[in-house]
Amino acid sequence: MTWVNDIVQGITLGGFYGLLACGLALMFGLMRIINLAHGDIAVLGAYLVFLLLEHWNTSPFVAILPVLPVMLLLGYVMQRTMLERSLRSGLLVPLLTTFGLSIVIQNLLEQGFSPDVRSLGGQAGSIATASWQITSRLSISAIGALTLGVAIVIFGSLQQFLSRTQAGRQMRATAQDPDTAELVGIDSRAVYARATALAVAIAAIAGLFLAIRSSFFPYAGPDNLIFAFEAVVIGGLGASLWGALLGGIVLGVAQTIGGQINPEYSILAGHLVFLLVLASPRGGLLTLRGSSRARGVAA
Amino acid sequence: MSLLEVSELEARHGLLEAVRGVSLTLAEGETVALVGANGAGKTTLLRAIAGAHRPSGGRIGFDGEDITRLRAHQCVRRGISLVPEGRRLFGNLTVEENLLVAAQRRRQGHWTLERVLEAFPMLERLRRQRAATLSGGEQQATAIGRALISNPRLLLLDEVSLGLAPLAVDAVYASLATVIAHGATILLVEQDLTRALGLAERVICMLEGRFVLEGRREELTREQITDAYFGLGRAVEAAAP
Repeated sequence: MTWVNDIVQGITLGGFYGLLACGLALMFGLMRIINLAHGDIAVLGAYLVFLLLEHWNTSPFVAILPVLPVMLLLGYVMQRTMLERSLRSGLLVPLLTTFGLSIVIQNLLEQGFSPDVRSLGGQAGSIATASWQITSRLSISAIGALTLGVAIVIFGSLQQFLSRTQAGRQMRATAQDPDTAELVGIDSRAVYARATALAVAIAAIAGLFLAIRSSFFPYAGPDNLIFAFEAVVIGGLGASLWGALLGGIVLGVAQTIGGQINPEYSILAGHLVFLLVLASPRGGLLTLRGSSRARGVAA
Repeated sequence: MSLLEVSELEARHGLLEAVRGVSLTLAEGETVALVGANGAGKTTLLRAIAGAHRPSGGRIGFDGEDITRLRAHQCVRRGISLVPEGRRLFGNLTVEENLLVAAQRRRQGHWTLERVLEAFPMLERLRRQRAATLSGGEQQATAIGRALISNPRLLLLDEVSLGLAPLAVDAVYASLATVIAHGATILLVEQDLTRALGLAERVICMLEGRFVLEGRREELTREQITDAYFGLGRAVEAAAP
């Protein structure tokens, strides 16, 4: 029964990794940008919620609402002013740009908020600690279930957005062939900016859950980036959006089972699964490797 | 009044000068064929006019406006559509989505989703199929439909018959006749001289980035065009200004 419990815990943890990986997969699938600042952007989102809660006595789940439009705008401006220019110089330059951005965000957060470790678990109220005891050895935490639920809702909405709306179709078309997208009247740069705005806002939601589930500090970004990146790779490198959630769940389950064997093996087990997938001939659960058609946020 | 005015246009790929100072005027409603060997600069010229290739010199005027520096999606809004070589459909999108995605910026005019599907009856039953699964002819029809749906005033067609079965080429050209009947201005790149001469009123022959022969269809003989195509001396001399 402990195994069942481990898998259930792993799946809810995977929901969090999926949430963290979502924006990363979106940007990689569309623009082939690996956003090294993605983890730091999530942490920035957590700090913005934290800042609001210092002046406003409410739940973090309410405080995230005004943060989202700010993050959308931030993502849009980030794409228009920095990433768009870097993209023109090939694929390596955006990597360097986001690496630099990561360092800037970390240092600004340390300047503004001190290096103290914080958590929003206390302010989230009973949901952070509540759980349902199914049997004596199987329990589901409320925050875990909520994380997974929110992840499914976000992935589902994004899927609907991509397949049903005009803006979503434009995104899929641009992901496949930006040159031809321009030829049929799509402003690819505007599409990119919209996607980055979405990715940054979703990262902030992941940051909120990071802050409630555990803790955060100005340099917490890169640790989280690794898990998000592993989830994206395990899920098939942005070839399919759901792959990122699936990859997150595989990673989460691997970590909890590894941790059950020996607490020291938890992170290691995740890395091993990541390496195994990377070394496997298909290289990812939902991928069509080597085919340019696989590129992008496929339907 | 002329719709398109290209003057002294130059375009390069790195060090290679693909288009070397060509000038071209298209009147509204005219159909012009651009012929020439591989590497003559035809595709680059078309892409430069469509805004997909930034020219290194010269000027492109469209309906009195300077569009030399505009990007492709801005040219589409002004009424220039290019059907690219190799069709370049969005393979993961359905036929209908391929058309709809281009309809976003559509100008007012004759062509709507329904009318495109009427003009290309074979597409009606394929609406919900992924474009990657279509045959070459069906893909070409979709690609032309995708360009038409924005209601272009100038339609640029790059090698629409390339790689298609003869019957599919017939179908594509039959539909182009419908498009022309609706008053479109067309600049067409075509390897098949018979097809090109069958459709176009005027023929331009390109060689190594320059126009070497230009004239109305009835004024030119096939021999003249063939000589210019291969760069044989007599035609070049005859056409030199």
